[in-house]
Amino acid sequence: MREINFVDALNEALHEEMERDEKVICLGEDIELAYVFGVTKGLKDKFGGDRVRDTPISELGIVGAAVGAAMAGYRPMVEIMFMDFIMLAMDPLVNQAAKLRYMLGGQLSIPMVVRTPGGGGVQYGPTHSQVLEAWFMQVPGLKVACPSDPADGKGLLKAAIRDDNPVFFCEHKMLYKMKGPVPDGDHIVPFGQAAVKREGSDITLIGVGYQVHNCLRAAEELAKEGISAEVVDPRTVAPLDTATLAESVRKTNRCVVVEEGHLRSGVGAEISSAIQEEAFDYLDAPIGRVAALNAPIPFDPDLEDFVLPNSGNVVEAAKKALGVPV
Amino acid sequence: MARNAKSLSRKRLHEMYRTMLRIRRFEERTDELFMAGQIKGAVHVSIGQEACSVGVCSTLNQDDAILTTHRGHGHSIAKGTRLPEMMAELLGRSTGLCKARGGSMHIADVSMGHYGAHSIVGANMPMAAGMGLAYQLEKKKQVAVVFFGDGASNQGSFHESMNMCAIWKLPVIFFCENNQYAVSFGVERSTAVQDISVRAQGYDAPGVTVDGMDVTAVYEATAEAVARARKGDGPSLIEAKTYRFFGHSRGDPQFGPYRTEAEVQKWRKRDPLIVAEKLLKMTKAEKEAHEAAIKKEMDDANRFAEESPKASLESALEDVYA
Ligand SMILES: Cc1ncc(C[n+]2csc(CCOP(=O)(O)OP(=O)(O)O)c2C)c(N)n1
Ligand SMILES: [Mg+2]
Repeated sequence: MREINFVDALNEALHEEMERDEKVICLGEDIELAYVFGVTKGLKDKFGGDRVRDTPISELGIVGAAVGAAMAGYRPMVEIMFMDFIMLAMDPLVNQAAKLRYMLGGQLSIPMVVRTPGGGGVQYGPTHSQVLEAWFMQVPGLKVACPSDPADGKGLLKAAIRDDNPVFFCEHKMLYKMKGPVPDGDHIVPFGQAAVKREGSDITLIGVGYQVHNCLRAAEELAKEGISAEVVDPRTVAPLDTATLAESVRKTNRCVVVEEGHLRSGVGAEISSAIQEEAFDYLDAPIGRVAALNAPIPFDPDLEDFVLPNSGNVVEAAKKALGVPV
Repeated sequence: MARNAKSLSRKRLHEMYRTMLRIRRFEERTDELFMAGQIKGAVHVSIGQEACSVGVCSTLNQDDAILTTHRGHGHSIAKGTRLPEMMAELLGRSTGLCKARGGSMHIADVSMGHYGAHSIVGANMPMAAGMGLAYQLEKKKQVAVVFFGDGASNQGSFHESMNMCAIWKLPVIFFCENNQYAVSFGVERSTAVQDISVRAQGYDAPGVTVDGMDVTAVYEATAEAVARARKGDGPSLIEAKTYRFFGHSRGDPQFGPYRTEAEVQKWRKRDPLIVAEKLLKMTKAEKEAHEAAIKKEMDDANRFAEESPKASLESALEDVYA
């Protein structure tokens, strides 16, 4: 299979979906030249300035306008340059997009996608480094995707654009340059289907978004010590495929959940609660959790590394769950 | 050009020139250190916009407040922010102004009336309104100045803040550096009006456009707005037409897909340092004296930063209270 990076995979998804459906339009800051991360490159040239347009720096306005365009029959894709900036558009996303179909008695639906890069590792400091999937998975009426590799990125983005309901699409800056195999053709990954990214039998490591890679690195480390870890990626946290997660835990009897957001009320809290409900009798140890330490993400690279989760933290948590001395 | 320069003494103008030069050399040093991989993250240098920083801050007292942006090194320096501690912040040292937690985009030196660089575009404007409210409630004569870009003037926060300041007559100066671009997006496409200053009319406040490459023009306009604010007559909007000579951030090309080399060269002819040198009819000896003094300051700042210990890992968890 051909290997392409995450940016190119997302870019292909946008090209294909804009080609397929002329109601797909793109709005965002500096998207015409794809100046910041490059995900929208070539779209303006191919589809023109009517369908692909730079917006002023007006996040509330952009996301609100997307809701309106969706009401009027379009399928807007909004790029928010950094995930942190979605804070400025919480009202149109959470109070409007997520509620309208329900509140208006099902008279309309809001087919829109907000794509946005989150996460640390680039020393942008407290206001440019957050991952916020936990916030959005709490909202009835929003779907939340957190792909971890190019194939899932492409497949989930295509599914998101075709979805008749609003999707918050989390990208991670550290993924953009990562390469991986991507199937040819109309590759779609349905929402609500977790994927086993590495098979194993001793412990289940569940990673969200980029943290799947820390789980995979940890699994390599653990393998050197004869421990077989299975790595499972929920791929979307709303809807959340608890069946696949629980199935893995029923096999391994131990589990660690890893996310880059903060621990308190994190995605891992929801996942571990679901697992203990569905597989309580199979658990041989408390479910471990790895997340960012309780602080904003600091700028300095050493401090940032200290606050963010890493594969060493995952190995440690896994060993604790296995009762192996660290 | 030197419309009102008569109100500034030669000595004062030399001081202002030196501050602009301090900013220029600091930014050049920052850019070098960034390109050498010693400064991490993002830096947005303000080269080309020094007259704005200095023209504004020269009208302020130490206890007046500024709030700035991601492109805030110049404003910081002009407000008197300590250079060694600022360099230490950029290099992630424990002695950094923000203990290595904030970095270039979040410089602050509250002791000097610098209430922070705010890298969420538009976030600083409502805060400036709030500072103005506090000054008004305490019947203080202080003012708050908020710096922002052409791009930021399209955030709702600009309009909401202008209106609040206007209805309550808060002592706030909105200083817009219209450097023609927000990242790659030109102001003529992002903004419906040609002069951002006309937006003040919508809030029944004075709005003026000034030559942002002429430190004296910036000074005069700001001095007037500050006087008005101190008298209790409310906010003003000043738009300075200016230009960033460098790319948007972290080593972006100076010209590129969104602007031409010729355009950059045209603006560079009106380099604020050159404009001020002409105005002062500066001699070679005078210029060299400024350069030598600044070089020493830069070297001292660098040495201080480099000799300072890195911030301790545990310090990343301090000041978190919930
Ligand atoms: C709310 C928000 N949206 C977008 C950004 C990304 N961003 C950083 S600087 C910038 C351009 C700002 O343009 P302008 O206000 O003109 O300031 P300049 O960079 O020209 O100094 C953008 C879009 C941000 N930091 N915050
Ligand atoms: Mg600008």
